[in-house]
Formats: sequence, C-alpha cells, structure tokens
Amino acid sequence: MDRTGHCRLTDVSKRYGDAVALRKVNLDIPAGHYCCLVGPSGCGKTSTLRLIAGHETVSDGSVTIDDVRMNECEPAQRPTAMMFQDYALFPHLNCLDNVAFSLKMGGVSKSERHVRARELLALVHMEEYEKRLPNQLSGGQQQRVALARALVTNPSVLLLDEPLSALDPFLRVRMRDELRRLQQELNLTFVHVTHSQEEAMALADMVVVMNQGEIEQVDSPQAVYNHPASVFVARFIGGHNIFKADVVSLQGDSAFLSSGTGNFRTPAEGLVEGQNVAFAVRSDKIVVSKQSGDAGENAVAGRVRSIEYQGAWVKLGLDADGMDELTVVLAEDIFNAGPVAIAEAVVASWQTGDIHILSGDGS
Amino acid sequence: MRCLESELTRLLRPRIVPLLQAAPLSLVFLVFFIVPLVLTMIVSFWDYTDYALIPDFTFQNYQEIFEGCVSRLPDLCVTFKTYWSTLKFCVMVWFLTLVIGFTLAYFLRFHVQTTTMQIVLFLLCTIPFWTSNVIRMISWIPLLGLNGLVNNGLLAVGLVDQPLEWLLYSEFSVALAFVHLYTLFMIVPIFNSMLRIDDSLLEAAYDAGAGGWQTLVNVVIPLCRPGIAIGSIFVVTIIMGDFITIGIMGGQQIASIGKVIHVEMQYLQFPAAAANAVILLMIVLMIIYGLTRVVDVRKEL
Repeated sequence: MDRTGHCRLTDVSKRYGDAVALRKVNLDIPAGHYCCLVGPSGCGKTSTLRLIAGHETVSDGSVTIDDVRMNECEPAQRPTAMMFQDYALFPHLNCLDNVAFSLKMGGVSKSERHVRARELLALVHMEEYEKRLPNQLSGGQQQRVALARALVTNPSVLLLDEPLSALDPFLRVRMRDELRRLQQELNLTFVHVTHSQEEAMALADMVVVMNQGEIEQVDSPQAVYNHPASVFVARFIGGHNIFKADVVSLQGDSAFLSSGTGNFRTPAEGLVEGQNVAFAVRSDKIVVSKQSGDAGENAVAGRVRSIEYQGAWVKLGLDADGMDELTVVLAEDIFNAGPVAIAEAVVASWQTGDIHILSGDGS
Repeated sequence: MRCLESELTRLLRPRIVPLLQAAPLSLVFLVFFIVPLVLTMIVSFWDYTDYALIPDFTFQNYQEIFEGCVSRLPDLCVTFKTYWSTLKFCVMVWFLTLVIGFTLAYFLRFHVQTTTMQIVLFLLCTIPFWTSNVIRMISWIPLLGLNGLVNNGLLAVGLVDQPLEWLLYSEFSVALAFVHLYTLFMIVPIFNSMLRIDDSLLEAAYDAGAGGWQTLVNVVIPLCRPGIAIGSIFVVTIIMGDFITIGIMGGQQIASIGKVIHVEMQYLQFPAAAANAVILLMIVLMIIYGLTRVVDVRKEL
C-alpha cells in the first residue's frame, strides 16, 4: 500500500492584520515521517500546524496533502486530525463518546461508531475506561483518549500541538515512546509541535527549527545537532558553545581566526580574510586541562565558575574573556581523573575538526 | 484534674470552632427562614372566624382549598383553575426567558470578541435593574395603553382601524412584563456556564466535522445545563409566587396563586393563606426537585 500523508507547504505566509506570523515558508514532509516543529514561543510553529489542520487559512501560498490543494478545505474535509494541547476532551461525554464524536457528527449509527471507538480505545489501552468521564482520568489517560479520538477518522496526517507539555516529566518520557511506537505501527505522518528540542530529538525523523516566522533548518536530528545551520539553531538546540572571531589569515585548508577570547584554527571552508564569523563547538568535544599562561591555538583560558554533577556527566561552566559562558561537559571518569575546583584557572581546548562554522554573523 | 481538663478542651475544641464559625449564618437562616416557615405550617392547621384566629389542629383549611375539586372533574375548581393559569404563565415565561436568555448569553460569550466589550454589554443588560420593579412595569402602560405609543403608531401607519385592546391588562402584557423583568436571571447563570467552555472544545468539535448547529446541540447546550437549571429555578420560583406583576399588568383581572394568598391575607384569613402558601411551596419544591434530577446543579457551584 502506498503511504499517504505527504504534506507540502509552498511559499506559505500568514498575517494577522499587520503582524506576520509566517513568512514564505516552504516545507515538504514525506508520507510516514515523524516531523517535529520546534522553536521558541511565537516562532510560528503552532500557526504552521493550524494551517495544515485548516483551523487557520493561509494569507499566501498553498498547502497540499498528497498533492491535493487544501487551502479552501474545512478541517473535517482534510485527511488530518488534530490533537489539542490540553486535549480538549468534551467534559460531559465519557471516553467512548468522546472517541466516537466525529463519527457521530458524520452520521454513523450508534452501534457502528461504538464498535469503532472501542477498537481505538483498545489501541491506546484504554478499553477498560470507556465509561469514565475525562475528569476521572489522569493526564496520561486523557492524552490516550485524545489520541484515540484524533485517530478515529483514519487520518493520514496526525497533528499534535504540544501533546506532552501537560504531563509530568516521568510520564512525558513514557508517552514519548508510545507516540513513536504508534506512529510506526500506524505508518502515519505525524506533525508534532514542541518547544523542547529534547523531545524533538527523541521523536523525530525530521526536525524543523523555526524562528520569527521562518524556517531556520530542516534536517534529521543528528544533522541538526552536528551541523546546526545558524547561530540561532546552535543556541536553541543547546549543547554548543558559540564563538565569534575575525579571520586573520588563510593558509591552505586552514583559516586562522582571532578574537578577544583567543586564537583559533578552523577549516577554510570558503572564509574570506577579514570576515567576522561565528562557529560552534559541542560542549562534549572540549577538554579541560589545569594549566595557566598562554593557551595556544583552539584553546581558551578561563576560570571554573560552576560544577554540576549530572550522573554520567559533569557539566562545567567556565568564565572566559569575551564570552558569556563556556560550557564543558565531561564524562564522569574523565572529570574524576583530573578534578578541578571552583575558581581554578584552566584551559579549555578542542580539535580543529570539532569546529563547525555557522552562517549568519552571530548577533 | 488538670490533665482531665486539658483532655476535655482537646476533645471539644476542634468541634466548637467550626460550629461557632457557622453560627451567625445559621442563626440568620433560623430566624428569618426556618421559624417563619414553621409558623406558617402551624397556622395553616388553625381555625379562624371573621375576627379571631383559633389555635387548633384541623385540616379544614386544606379541605376548603380543594373543595369539590375532584368531584367536579373534568370541570376545574377555582384552585385548579388558578394553578393552571399560574403554571401556564410559568411555562410560557420560562420558555421565552430561556430562549432569549440563552441567545443573548451565547452572543455575549461567543460573538463578542473582547472581554471589555463583554463587560460593557453585560452591564447594559443590567441597566433596567437600576430602577424599581414597579416602575419598570408601570412604564409599559404609556406604551401599551389604548392611547399608548404602540396603538397610536399602528393607527397612524394604518395597520389597524381600532386600538388593540389586548396589548395592556391582558395575558400578553403580563407575559411581556415577566419576560422583561426576569430574562436577566437566565442570562447570568447561562453566561457563567458558557464562560467555562474552553474555546479549544469548539475547535475540537469543528475539527471533528461538527457544523455550527451540531456544536450547539452536542457541546454548548450540554455544557450549559447547570446554568440553564439555575436560571430556570430563579424564573420558576419568582413567577409561581408573583402577585404584583400579574396584578398591575393584568389589570387585577387575572388570577394567580400568589394573588389568592394576598387577598386572603387582606381579609385576615391567615390560616387559609398559610395553607395555600404551604401547597404552593410543595409544588415549587417538586418542580425544583424535578429540575435537579435532570441536571446536577452542584457541578456549577
């Protein structure tokens, strides 16, 4: 069977009066993918989701699903279903009737829609609770019911608006696994809005990082983490230290950079002499040594400001000239091999190959 | 000894404090509600003459109220006729206030976009309440009378040859005044219920393919049931006991059970009035009981 649920946004803009929520967004989500839209609040991720769902209309551009133009379609006419942030279960209906609601609206007979609704409740392991009202269920249970309700019409695209934000951290991780399992089992396209990069990393085949109504990067989680496209993405995704420096000279494959923080050697990668560039170094790629005096190439002298024990990792915060903070994450055994104390002078260094040049001037 | 004392205070204290806290309201309730009610019940069993109340325990007052009511069926006795008339107004006005009240509340909640505008419009609804009940009723008279604005207008336009007599001192004018006076009692609790409906529920209904009417019937109305029940209790209890509005707007020509009690009191037939009041109370309680069986009002409180 061919997978369905191929979503495409072409030059989509959305304006509310004078305010621009989305600016010429192009996004292609292949069928059967788990796509996470991430970004800070107000970045346009929820607007994008609602445009696909049909709860908002596009100002410009087009939305297609399986190559059918959806711009003018009502939500119920689209092969989509939406799961709302606080689940939006009908408080006066029991689980069974909540799940069967859209079938009832579609005129399906009572016995038929209850059979179908029970199937869906079984899918999310809630069949024992069919007579309960939503306020008699825990957050996780409500979420399962909401999921069953969204799936009852056999959508090919499931749209989830911050589905895990109302759960406690423990449940959140469990429901995350469950969402992923369901998506693979049902072979649907999932579009999941979240403000948590961790959630996006854990779930997605495809991460879409958004900022101020525009898409900053679309990639696999690994690619986003290892090759953030911009300073914004590197900051948002976390785990990166961002440096800004001027290109002093170019020699063969290498570029020599300098800033108030230190001197750096990076891959040349089309840099131009005199250019101001930003680059990122993952905080787990940095090593720390106790050493004073001149730091040398690809190294920064600083003082330990904070030490945070995180189990397998130890996270160090360093004060370095010209930087807000330099974060270093060390494996526990490496930290223990040469422990440092707060206020101790250290040098943080890394390999040229661990440097990733970022586009944009890093402002 | 001291030990026993402290033991006693330890046992008593936790019980006394909440009782004391509840005491003032209980006292008010007792003096102004329970005592008069019990007195009314007692007096309803008393005997009376033209000039004296005679303490007694007799069912005579009740018998007189229902005298011939059963034997003359299917013809209605005076009491049944009066109740029939009162109930008729009650159902009619309840229905009208419900429809108008629900519509206005719906408009305020779902069509008025800003909270400020909601508050402004809501206050507008309450402006008639800045004047007294009686003034609000009487002000209908120059409008609806034989030489009133409406009749003059209709005559001038040529829609009627003769002034319409049924506009004033009629069942129409009574119902009109009731609706005018008491629709707000429907709007407030229904609006309150509607405020608790999360917008996301309406979106979820829309997402599930529900049209406007389907959303109204399947989502909004069920969630407004407590508000509807409370508004209904207000309107029904007020109208069942009313005698002023029916008196003024009905030109003292229309019977109501409240008016019967009022007249009996004017003739100092207190035991008869008390018996009527007790029966009215029972009937109103039965209606309220029925309403609370349909809707769990506690959910709203």
